[in-house]
Amino acid sequence: MSSQPMTAIAVSGLVKSFGRTRALDGLDLAVNTGEVHGFLGPNGSGKTTTIRILLGLLRADAGEARLLGGDPWREPTELHKRLAYVPGDVTLWPNLTGGEVIDMLGRMRGGLNRPRRNELLERFDLDPRKKGRAYSKGNKQKVGLVAALASDVELLILDEPTSGLDPLMEEVFQQCIQEERRRGRTVLLSSHILAEVEALCDRVTIIRLGRAVETGTLTQMRHLTRTSIAADLAGEPNGLSTLSGVHDLHVEGTRVRFEVDTDRLDAVLRQLTSVGVRSLVSQPPTLEELFLRHYQDDLGPSQAQAAVSS
Amino acid sequence: MTGLTGTGSLVRLALRRDRVMLSVWILIFVVMAAGSASATVGLYDTAESRAQAAASINNTPSLVALYGLIYDESSAGALSMIKLGAFGGALVAVLAILLVIRHTRAEEEAGRLELVGSAVVGRHAPLAAALVVTVAANVLLGLLTALGLIGSGLSASGSFAFGLAWASIGVAFAAVAAVAAQITSGARAAIGMAMAFLGAVYVLRAIGDTAGDRGAGWLRWLSPIGWGQQVRPYQGNRWWVLLLPATFFVVLGATAHVLLARRDHGAGLLPDRPGPATAGRSLGGALGLAWRLQRGLLVGWLVAFVLLGLVFGNIATNVGSFMESPGARELIQKLGGVQGLTDAFMSTELGMMGVILSVYGIQVVLRLRSEESELRAEPVLATGVGRTSWAWSHTVIALLGTTAIIVAAGLAAGLSYAAQTGHSNDFGRVFVAAAVRLPAVWVLTGIAVAAFGFAPRAAAAGWVALVAFLLLGEFGPLFELPQSVMNVSPYAHVPRLPGAAFTATPLLWLAALAAALTAAGLVGFRRRDVAIT
Repeated sequence: MSSQPMTAIAVSGLVKSFGRTRALDGLDLAVNTGEVHGFLGPNGSGKTTTIRILLGLLRADAGEARLLGGDPWREPTELHKRLAYVPGDVTLWPNLTGGEVIDMLGRMRGGLNRPRRNELLERFDLDPRKKGRAYSKGNKQKVGLVAALASDVELLILDEPTSGLDPLMEEVFQQCIQEERRRGRTVLLSSHILAEVEALCDRVTIIRLGRAVETGTLTQMRHLTRTSIAADLAGEPNGLSTLSGVHDLHVEGTRVRFEVDTDRLDAVLRQLTSVGVRSLVSQPPTLEELFLRHYQDDLGPSQAQAAVSS
Repeated sequence: MTGLTGTGSLVRLALRRDRVMLSVWILIFVVMAAGSASATVGLYDTAESRAQAAASINNTPSLVALYGLIYDESSAGALSMIKLGAFGGALVAVLAILLVIRHTRAEEEAGRLELVGSAVVGRHAPLAAALVVTVAANVLLGLLTALGLIGSGLSASGSFAFGLAWASIGVAFAAVAAVAAQITSGARAAIGMAMAFLGAVYVLRAIGDTAGDRGAGWLRWLSPIGWGQQVRPYQGNRWWVLLLPATFFVVLGATAHVLLARRDHGAGLLPDRPGPATAGRSLGGALGLAWRLQRGLLVGWLVAFVLLGLVFGNIATNVGSFMESPGARELIQKLGGVQGLTDAFMSTELGMMGVILSVYGIQVVLRLRSEESELRAEPVLATGVGRTSWAWSHTVIALLGTTAIIVAAGLAAGLSYAAQTGHSNDFGRVFVAAAVRLPAVWVLTGIAVAAFGFAPRAAAAGWVALVAFLLLGEFGPLFELPQSVMNVSPYAHVPRLPGAAFTATPLLWLAALAAALTAAGLVGFRRRDVAIT
């Protein structure tokens, strides 16, 4: 691997329109070298368009996209030899076998690690002798994955790569990505499967309507969300409602239920202990809540921005 | 039968998808039949001249093998339609095969039928809908053809017999395709299987017709193409023969439905044989992939054109005997004697081969577009394969493939012609006459590349251009269009060899135009988005 820049992917202010539809509306995305970066967003939010621009398949209307230090539109073939791509919907040639496709795509990339290819076929339990039309959806996806993972490349771009895989294969996929990370490879992983994102990704970027609405580590993001608290206090809960960051407060005698912005948790707990706590149940924010907040349509980008900055 | 639920909506869906394609196809057949009829009726205006022409066809075994027999030598309709009866019928069969496979196996292979099948649609509905649409299209084709023929001055009953004979061939092959779609799991393989059947029954009919009543004549009764001819339009109109294709359709159609009930969705009755686990050495770049995807098509075209070349070379020397009336003799003298007539015939047939060969060139180039829109180009273009070398890989196969095909056909025609005449220099004359067709074919290929490069959604422009040039060549003289309009067609600039003087200038211009169009298309593709829709 030659001299590597610190950022494998640097995208700023990317704009792409198809006719009247604005698919990307000033997207920013930064993926550091060596990290597994989750790329999340509802259907139609612009994930695949971004990936197609990064692959030089589409030309951006405005903004800048840099990939492995190069321009994906101007010098695609040199960059493509250093990356591997798995589309969300792998389509195969009906009369080519899976093994032929894996070898061919590997050679087109400039080489294939043959022992690793055979090992991956075994691990994914894939028969390479079947014709393209005979594979099920999940098996087509495996052909794409083996072709990508068996190449010695610096960057993997995976667009919902596990759609159609069963849970057992999902597990194999996660192991493989962990290994890639240990080898120092960079992965851009577009995914809807939150468990997968939580298990694999160092950082995530959430996009909506063609814009990045949030970027950071999962821990950082959790701090931006609310924790639910249910407590039984020694006395009357006074002053709780005046504290900033407390929402949906319900008081029934000495019992309280409320939600609190996670970065205000400390102050609120002090207030509770000053009264005296008999029992307390705290629920950390789930990833689902985190994503649903960004996926829901009623929350516009400006409100999402406010949520980030509050 | 609940298995047929939803057939009606699938029929409407198919008609919605195919309304343009079907209308154009049907129109081409009607125009072809009516044009051929009015040309022949004008050329042979006396019963005597017709009888002579018919007799000379009947006495030339290779023509009988190619087209069939004329049973009533005085009939204007029989003489007019001799070329189109069997040959046109085979084209009708091709349309029927493509239409049925398109709505059954091709949809299943693409996975779209699964989507439809999970809605409220019975298991048998897609096949039933494909057959309904194809039968209806063929009946419409037959009726419109009949009207066109009546308009050209042929008798009404004979014209309807001819139209229905065509339709019956289409209907019979719709059922053949329906069965083929159950047997294989790939659409291309199913088309290949049905086409092979078509080729086989065409040969059966050819053997039966040439054998006459001397033993093997019954073979023509084993062939749906033969049935169409045995209706004998304009020669007694034996309507009862139409019962044969109708019965054939019912039996094969039912068989297809039985087979459908016995197989899994997406699978064929023939198991997919496992292939190689690793790729061969040639499959490692854009060209290797393109060759793998295109080689079967090239072999098919090569075989067909070698056969055509052999037949044309063989029958050319008999052309002089077609016309023995004093008027025709005068025409022959004007053309420069029997040699001139033979040359004119060869030139016409080779010109037709050039036009047909353009179909291959366009077909190969349009594979670029289907690879792109069916998402198979994307993973390849995301590797070290550049845009230009990917687009060039299929384009170069189109250019070299058309070259190989015309060279092979020229060799075949030249050899069989020289064998007939016994003059070895005739081989070279015919071979060169075939080779000069190539630059015009490349222009059509170039148009297809340019359309793909600049307007992917209008990539079918190659077909439009081909049909336009074909109509210009066929009907331009009829409507007395000015030469400047006729010159729009690249085919108009090809020297009419053998016979005419050889001039290289128009060929060089055509080749340069083809190169410019191709280069422009490649540049255009480098600059545009890879488009899925």
